[in-house]
Amino acid sequence: MSGAEFVPLSLTPILIGVFAAISCALPGNFLVLRKQALMGDAISHVVLPGIVVGFLITRSLDAWAMLLGAAAAALFSVVAIDVIRRISRIETGAIMGVVFTTLFALGVLLLEQSDASSVHLDVEHALMGNLESLIWLEARGWSSLLDPKALASLPPELPRLALSLVLILGLMLIFWRPLKISTFDEGYAESLGLPVRAISLGLVMVAALAAVTAFDAVGSIIVIAMFICPAAAARLMTDRLSAQIWWSVVFACLSAILGYILAGYGPMWIGFDHAVSAAGMIATISGLILGICAVFGPKRQARTG
Amino acid sequence: MLKVHRDTRNPDPSSPLAIRGLSVSYGEKPALFSVDLTIAPQSMTAIIGPNGAGKSTLLKAVLGTVPRLAGQVSIFGRALASERHRIAYVPQRASVDWDFPADVRDVVLMGLYRQSGLLRRITRADEAVAEDALARVGMQDFRNRQIGQLSGGQQQRVFLARALAQNADLYLLDEPFAGVDAATETAIIAVLKKLKDAGKTVVAVHHDLSTVADYFDHVVMINTRLIAEGEIGTTFTPKNLQDTYGGRLMTAQIDRLREAGLH
Repeated sequence: MSGAEFVPLSLTPILIGVFAAISCALPGNFLVLRKQALMGDAISHVVLPGIVVGFLITRSLDAWAMLLGAAAAALFSVVAIDVIRRISRIETGAIMGVVFTTLFALGVLLLEQSDASSVHLDVEHALMGNLESLIWLEARGWSSLLDPKALASLPPELPRLALSLVLILGLMLIFWRPLKISTFDEGYAESLGLPVRAISLGLVMVAALAAVTAFDAVGSIIVIAMFICPAAAARLMTDRLSAQIWWSVVFACLSAILGYILAGYGPMWIGFDHAVSAAGMIATISGLILGICAVFGPKRQARTG
Repeated sequence: MLKVHRDTRNPDPSSPLAIRGLSVSYGEKPALFSVDLTIAPQSMTAIIGPNGAGKSTLLKAVLGTVPRLAGQVSIFGRALASERHRIAYVPQRASVDWDFPADVRDVVLMGLYRQSGLLRRITRADEAVAEDALARVGMQDFRNRQIGQLSGGQQQRVFLARALAQNADLYLLDEPFAGVDAATETAIIAVLKKLKDAGKTVVAVHHDLSTVADYFDHVVMINTRLIAEGEIGTTFTPKNLQDTYGGRLMTAQIDRLREAGLH
């Protein structure tokens, strides 16, 4: 494939897919280790009502309105889960399930009733994203990467995702030690004076940031898969946290790249006419990687305590 | 005007840990009710009491990890916030998931967080502190072992090493002998006695009544309320045990304890 074809049509969607996958996989590692994988699921669902409400208030598809709406919704769901747990004594997993499906359903209702559905927001888009359409038509080949005029027409999702990825990476590097200590042993972390509730909330907020920036580009299917699959697969490859994070990044990239290519060309290789959804294929590949690691991963043995 | 009752008795400033009027509740049920106690400096104190008596809760309330309904806690005569660096806490081994991706060295280095902070690199001096802590509990050969592959006793020693790395003055341990082998129990008690000899104070929640008099010099007996506190010789008596455990401690058990050195 020549640069003249690859750069405008495939480079940007692949990069966007990769950035979205890594953004979600990074906080996903800690969610999985904290046995809060379901929280990733919850966040990616409540992002929808958050975005719709953000749109209804500001009447714009401005990324900041969406981001704030989604962050508010994530915060609301975390507080709601906590309050219900305190007053009802229902099991946390069940409460999460109830809160996020209710809020997601509310988001769908709001979306149908409001004129948000007439613009770029709709249910299918919310699920699958539109990775294939995030192409870079101004590009003429690899040289366009150095051409300011062509760069100006990059899909806005790309710099936005790159920025949020840098932010997530920075936060994780700065708060690495408190995150690690409080994830392993919350009681001990508290005895050191670490603000464990704030750390836990901060992690959820970072996950919400990853979810909302990724959601806009790739839809909630990838977000849910990327929070859990790369991190869970990475845990089966190593017994060191830093190595686990690297593995999860590798698996996230692999899923995004392979998934995009297979979705675009795979069906034609086996004789079908149409490409399939890139989001669906990326999530499927991430699940396959997890399956392979579960069978062949070097650290998959059950441990004795 | 509503007048809030305040305990005006000043906690002894020489005590590493003094508690006045401490009450904690989980929901409707009180876990601790109006507990006063004063831990003697350079002592080894066992906190004993039946299941659900509030032993672990007492430690957590001291550390501020469970909210207090009422009461004051003073650490070396001052507020917890300013003296937190002088406390090292060893939680119950069963309170964490040992499948966490970390090795022994990683866990012990967590004890240096207050010095290393967010971003400072781990120095040779830090490594030396961690190494020394591991050597003191006899785990230096396991530094690169994944923590999930350790036995229960080895895990408990790693937890103790992490606390030793903090170089604190007051050690609070929650059931350090629960589910450990006899060799580990001996090793841990030797380390704790050395801490005491070095002028540190050790407070441990303990559940094995037969070893209280051997291991400790002071005892705190609680059952939601404080039943008794003081030196083993004068406090660890059949009457106080009966008051603490109620009908749950049979006379036969007390006789056995008496043979084991109870006065």
